[in-house]
Amino acid sequence: MTSAQAEVKARPKREASRHVVARVDEIAEGKSKLVNVEGRAIAIFNVKGEYLAIANRCPHEGADLCRGSVVPLIESDTPGVVRLSRHGELVRCPWHGWEFDLRTGKSWCDPSRTRVKSYDVKVERGAALVEGPYQTEVYKISVEDEYLVLEL
Amino acid sequence: MAKFDTTGAIDCDVHPPSPRRADLLPYLDDYWKEIVTTREVDVLEMNSFPERTLPYMRPDWKVNGGDPLEAMQKNLLDPLKLDLAILNVVSGAHALFDPYLSAAICRATNDWLIDKWLNRDSRLRASMLVPFQNVEAAVEEIERLADDKRFVQILTLSATELPLGRRIYWPIYEAAEKHGLQLGIHAGSNYRNAPSHSGFHSFLIEDHLAHTQGFATQIASLISEGVFTKYPQLKAVAIESGVTWVPPLMWRMSKDWRGARIEVPWVKDAPADIIRRHVRMTTQPFDLPDDPAEVPKALDHLLSDEMLLFSSDYPHWNFEGLDVLPEGIPDATLAKLLRDNILAAYPRLGG
Ligand code: FES
Repeated sequence: MTSAQAEVKARPKREASRHVVARVDEIAEGKSKLVNVEGRAIAIFNVKGEYLAIANRCPHEGADLCRGSVVPLIESDTPGVVRLSRHGELVRCPWHGWEFDLRTGKSWCDPSRTRVKSYDVKVERGAALVEGPYQTEVYKISVEDEYLVLEL
Repeated sequence: MAKFDTTGAIDCDVHPPSPRRADLLPYLDDYWKEIVTTREVDVLEMNSFPERTLPYMRPDWKVNGGDPLEAMQKNLLDPLKLDLAILNVVSGAHALFDPYLSAAICRATNDWLIDKWLNRDSRLRASMLVPFQNVEAAVEEIERLADDKRFVQILTLSATELPLGRRIYWPIYEAAEKHGLQLGIHAGSNYRNAPSHSGFHSFLIEDHLAHTQGFATQIASLISEGVFTKYPQLKAVAIESGVTWVPPLMWRMSKDWRGARIEVPWVKDAPADIIRRHVRMTTQPFDLPDDPAEVPKALDHLLSDEMLLFSSDYPHWNFEGLDVLPEGIPDATLAKLLRDNILAAYPRLGG
């Protein structure tokens, strides 16, 4: 491969930007919140105190995944015998029921081709945030509170 | 001169005339002899499969009192240079209500097949008739004949009393899988239910179309109930089913599975994949586009060259002369469907 080709193939580098998107107490366990970051609709879910974020738009026909039910993984090797695991780690699209893994954004039925982007979310103390470099338009950061910071 | 070289091919759908009372009497015990005589059980012909009416029988293949096996040899096995041919008796045995009579007729028919057909031409193989009306007896019949490798599958219909996936039938599938017998599903209805999803129709052409839904219903049932999950070696061979309805079934069911799979989580793969692994179709009659140039496109949608199994549907009038296959099938597909696909589908043909 020539170096010119390598340059074409390399993705354009983009600085990761970090966005304060919610106060942690805004999303109760098992619930979700829709946020808008740089024009992208992102659904953030509270999974047993862990915050997982995926693109909000279902790749099937565009339903809001933030409005889907948060569900366990349902599996079976034998007809009639079912096992549940990973409680709350999947979201079921409200329109036609496709399931998406909140950790990866992959759909359960067609993981390689049907998927949504997933994003990193961290919990940060307000005290750490006031020092930046974070972007926030919505929040007045209070040093005592905890916030969700999404990396784009 | 035939358009296709069928030398060494295996024909997956050949019909002997369905046996009448006189044929079966030697294979019935005294009690059943008495019953079939007193009750006038004679012509065991399906309403959905009347043998004596056109257009089913090709006129130049009429037996007219001669030996039907000799006719089959002369009309089909010899000129097409077939290696093997699988006999399918679609008979009233599939439709009888009496669970014991149906078992007796299935047994007698199988013994008649052995005696009058399989033992007289080493090229012949057969589908075993088992009474789905009497699951225990069906299992017994499979066990009774399992050692005779010339039976390569059990036979049922595209429209039955209950969807074929139902658990009530599982002992039959368990016995079949244990012995490497596949599940042949032949076009036909025992009219336990109306043939269409909107009731009874008026005309023959509608009946033919309804079997497409019948086959789709059976395949959807086998998948959804988990038969292929439970019996992974089992294959369902759709016989006289046509072919081009299969890709839309794959597309539709795979799509609906994504949203509805939690109810049937044992359906672990997309139904299209399961269909490609477990379902086979025979090639005659063939419902293909008019223009032979379009045929490869239609077949491409299957995304598999392993699903088609050669059949003549002898002696039904689907073609003239020896043009047993439609034009337009790509050579590579043809090379597989005449023999390799069939050996892969039926383990008992191998040895
Ligand atoms: S829009 Fe999400 S499954 Fe159809």
